Amino acid sequence: MDWQAIALSLRLATVTTAILLLVGLPIAYWLTFSPRRWKFLVEAVVALPLVLPPTVLGFYVLIAIGPRSPIGALYSRLTGGLLPFSFEGLLLASVLYSLPFMVQPVAAAFAAVDRKFLEASWCLGIAPGATFRRVLVPLALPGIATGAILSFAHTLGEFGVVLMVGGNIAGVTRTVSISIYDQVQSLDYAAASETSLFLLAVSFLVLALTYALQRRILSVWPAN
Amino acid sequence: MAGELICDCSKRFASGFTIDATLRIPLDQAPVTVLFGASGSGKTTLLRLLAGLERPDSGSIQFREHVWHDSARGIHLPPQARRAGFVFQDYALFPHLTVADNVAFGAEPAAGQRLLDTFGLTDLGARLPRQISGGQQQRVALARALAAKPSLLLLDEPLSALDAATRARTRGELRHVLHESRVPSIVVTHDRMEAIALGDWMAVMIDGWIKQSGSVQDVFRHPAGPAVAESVGVENILPAEILSRHSGLLTLQIGGTPVECVDSGETSPVFACIRAEEVTITREPSPSSARNRFAGAVRAVSLEGALARVELDCGFPLVSLVTAQSAADLHLAPGDRVCAVVKATSVHVAAA
Repeated sequence: MDWQAIALSLRLATVTTAILLLVGLPIAYWLTFSPRRWKFLVEAVVALPLVLPPTVLGFYVLIAIGPRSPIGALYSRLTGGLLPFSFEGLLLASVLYSLPFMVQPVAAAFAAVDRKFLEASWCLGIAPGATFRRVLVPLALPGIATGAILSFAHTLGEFGVVLMVGGNIAGVTRTVSISIYDQVQSLDYAAASETSLFLLAVSFLVLALTYALQRRILSVWPAN
Repeated sequence: MAGELICDCSKRFASGFTIDATLRIPLDQAPVTVLFGASGSGKTTLLRLLAGLERPDSGSIQFREHVWHDSARGIHLPPQARRAGFVFQDYALFPHLTVADNVAFGAEPAAGQRLLDTFGLTDLGARLPRQISGGQQQRVALARALAAKPSLLLLDEPLSALDAATRARTRGELRHVLHESRVPSIVVTHDRMEAIALGDWMAVMIDGWIKQSGSVQDVFRHPAGPAVAESVGVENILPAEILSRHSGLLTLQIGGTPVECVDSGETSPVFACIRAEEVTITREPSPSSARNRFAGAVRAVSLEGALARVELDCGFPLVSLVTAQSAADLHLAPGDRVCAVVKATSVHVAAA
């Protein structure tokens, strides 16, 4: 089994999920509570990775982070490195690719929190930011856990985006799914089957954990 | 002007419901104001406008010397800057926090602990809200609001989530707490007895409008028009002293006349509240199972459609509502000597 690729995929999925928690929660908050009429446009953009072929998303990300683009130029000026075919570039693409898997469950969980709890907090003098942290996030925790686990599992299994943006550099951008593809191309079916089984088992465990967690957390805090 | 809450604002909702509230409360003379009206009259919405949870379309809200809202000048303070403590109808205790953490939520830890002690909640401090009774939840909600040192306390039907037995006991507690707290408060209710028992000042809301405001006794005694009279619906509110209590019955004294009623555990001084249609009139003292019979004189008779409103003087003023037909049969005229009959169960007692 390609342990290097497995370790890389786990690292990518973990960091992606962490970044998505930081980025996705504010987006979900804005989508849930903003009175702006045009927020459906943002909702559509966030959901795009659900329907777009990963190659299309990967292609645009590749163009956007190239050394001639503003993002790529800024990055190389700040770090001296290049984003395409690097772990950091892959990370950026993964965050975009898994964004709806974080934002949608979290936004649904935020919307399900009774607004009076937020209002009660505001009336006690607690600012909106602190209310978010002390009331909304704890009450939406099952939804946030679901978003995190789905993002993690989704990143673990991504293929098209990685191929477009990251390429196939061992230890840098060769993830589990790329490794399986390589093994099949070189007719090493035994290795491919081993790695596939590993990915299947991890994915199943992660999803089983999600649903188990959700039920337990929900029974600890009933809606009242 | 200092010492007053002046609200003059309107808001139109998508449903077409419009609230247009003009209200002036003398905060220092009236510690507890009752906002009274039928359900759907806009009481809760007005409370939310005062708290800053809703934004008026036009008008202004001024609390003492602070401008909370002024549409013309583009001023709108958020709830955090108003510090109006809000006790929600179902209390809205944070379900993920213990009782102690709920009370301390908007407070310094010392203030939280003090309020927990004051409200006798220390033993429940480690419980979650769903593990305590409705009456206890109400105390936690009050303690939580007071711990945050509010400038004004807003209570939305604070007793309606409780069962009848708890409600009667909690009503007295609530009045005590509201007066002790020295924080002016506005209590929304649609219950007449609650209004009389809790309020010093009263505002009657009908279809989004404040129709009348004044001292509670004034509003009940002199409703400004038939809509308010119908809404408040208790014509006789009489200051009374308790003479004695025995076997579930209470003997009151109203202006020197003994009156019997059902004992609901109140202590002197009280108000005896009698709806006008519960007062019947006879010419001669005929046998009746009714406990209370008052000899008196007719002061005035006025016809209100199919009904006649008879004002009596039985040593205390008493208003009776009888059908126009029976008023005619009795040949009631001012100066006539009659007998007013009231069942003991029709006399409701509220703490004064």
